[in-house]
Amino acid sequence: MTEASGNALLRVESLEARYGGAVRALGGVDLHVGAGEIVVLVGGNGAGKTTLLRAVSNLLPAQRGQVTGGRITYAGQDVGRSRTDALVRRGLVGVLEGRHCFRALTVEENLVTGGLGRGASRAELRTDLERVYTLFPRLRQKRAIAAGLVSGGEQQMAAIGRALMGRPKLLVLDEPSMGLAPKIVEEIYRSLTTLNREAGLTLLVAEQNVRLALRHAHRAVVLENGRSVLEGTAASLRSRDDVKTFYLGAGVAPRPGALALA
Amino acid sequence: MNPDFAFLVEVIVGGLLSGVMYALVAIGFVLIYKTSGVLNFAQGAMVLFAALTFVSLLERGLPFVGALAATLAVMVVLGLAVERAVLRPLVNQPPITLFMATLGVSYVIEGAAQLAWGTQVHGLDLGIDDTPFEIGGVLVSRFDLFAAGVAGLMVAALTAFFRYTHTGLAFRAVADDPFAALNAGLRLPRIWSAVWIAAGLVALVAGLLWGARLGVQFSLSLVVLKALPVLVLGGFDSIAGAILAGLIVGAVEKLSEVYLGPFIGGGIEGWIAYVAALAFLLVRPSGLLGLRSVERV
Repeated sequence: MTEASGNALLRVESLEARYGGAVRALGGVDLHVGAGEIVVLVGGNGAGKTTLLRAVSNLLPAQRGQVTGGRITYAGQDVGRSRTDALVRRGLVGVLEGRHCFRALTVEENLVTGGLGRGASRAELRTDLERVYTLFPRLRQKRAIAAGLVSGGEQQMAAIGRALMGRPKLLVLDEPSMGLAPKIVEEIYRSLTTLNREAGLTLLVAEQNVRLALRHAHRAVVLENGRSVLEGTAASLRSRDDVKTFYLGAGVAPRPGALALA
Repeated sequence: MNPDFAFLVEVIVGGLLSGVMYALVAIGFVLIYKTSGVLNFAQGAMVLFAALTFVSLLERGLPFVGALAATLAVMVVLGLAVERAVLRPLVNQPPITLFMATLGVSYVIEGAAQLAWGTQVHGLDLGIDDTPFEIGGVLVSRFDLFAAGVAGLMVAALTAFFRYTHTGLAFRAVADDPFAALNAGLRLPRIWSAVWIAAGLVALVAGLLWGARLGVQFSLSLVVLKALPVLVLGGFDSIAGAILAGLIVGAVEKLSEVYLGPFIGGGIEGWIAYVAALAFLLVRPSGLLGLRSVERV
């Protein structure tokens, strides 16, 4: 796609995906994420963001979907040939849309499950828990409460914390802002960008809130109708008139294919 | 104590103790249902297989402990084999497909047991005297009390396992949200293997107790039919529910046999549990303790 993609941590090439063998969800997505980058995936409902992120973690088979064309490589290896837990062990960890906390488990148990896949020892788990609690101090107060009973923002923090317990190199987040108060969203994005700056954590984030996304990301990829139609630095996209019109709320709802034609 | 009242208590106690035996079988179902959404119809066949293997090894001259250890090993292998050969290839298929697969497995296991050990009925003596003894005017079966003790120990062990071990935590996570568990990097195949081994062990315990009670024969695999109303009543996904429902079903069966039987005719014991389960379904479809999702209101 671009010159910089030579040593990408994650690379998606002409990806196509279907559900149930018939419903086409993705029809040609190209993108790459370099180590240390924050890349956002923007696009409206049904653009294919969630499907793409699930394909990246090789989760589509569990949803009766499959990749039908193109390929995804993480750190040079084909994602389609690795089970999700193997990808997690190699540092590709996802945070699902809608948080998906284990509701009957306590917040701390939720966090611990994130470290079990890589067979972390109890000592390692303690260290990592401490790190997550430092990042999200609210979670420390709620550690013994069932995750289903804490607020939406705290659930999102628990979901992100659980992913961090897997010691990710690339964290893939699906709409971390969904249904949350702006103040909480700000807190979560601040934590994520801090991790990116200080620990070199690479981020791929799907986000409907384009204004928010472009403010925190280095680069953005626009998805429409299952295709990647536009890619560029966050600054360049912010200044484009069509992006402003369609995604930054100039009063017009994005028409399907609008950017592809632009 | 008033003799009528003493008799009532005796009936209830007898019912509760036999209910423990139902719960034993039901727990095997719950373990697998919770983690993989499969209603394992083969649980009854596994109970039979365990009892038959144990008896046959005893009859071939193995000492009690040796036969127990060997049967344990066989059940572990059986559980692993079913999970690996049948259920893992069918992962992500609709529940009805999985259920049909376990139905098939159940007949294969029964056939295999027949091939390996023959078809005759065996007696199984665990060395527990079944003479009733008296506590405060109430007669209690020594064997039933022993069975209840064993079941209690097993439940305590399972509970401790789920509460305090990492594998137990992973099990609870998968039971809570399988997709999130997959996404979090938990190794689902490993957890399924562990659960099938656990179900095999539960089948062993149930097989020995039921076998000692009824004799080891092919109708033993029909104890699943006793477990179904217990599952409906308790909820398919709750171990505590299975125990509670087992006790209720046991008591209801005995009480109706003794007090309703003379009016309706005998044999109530065989079907009253289903009537109770059906009636209960109408009121609370998810069972007594089933699937209470934890949510803020």
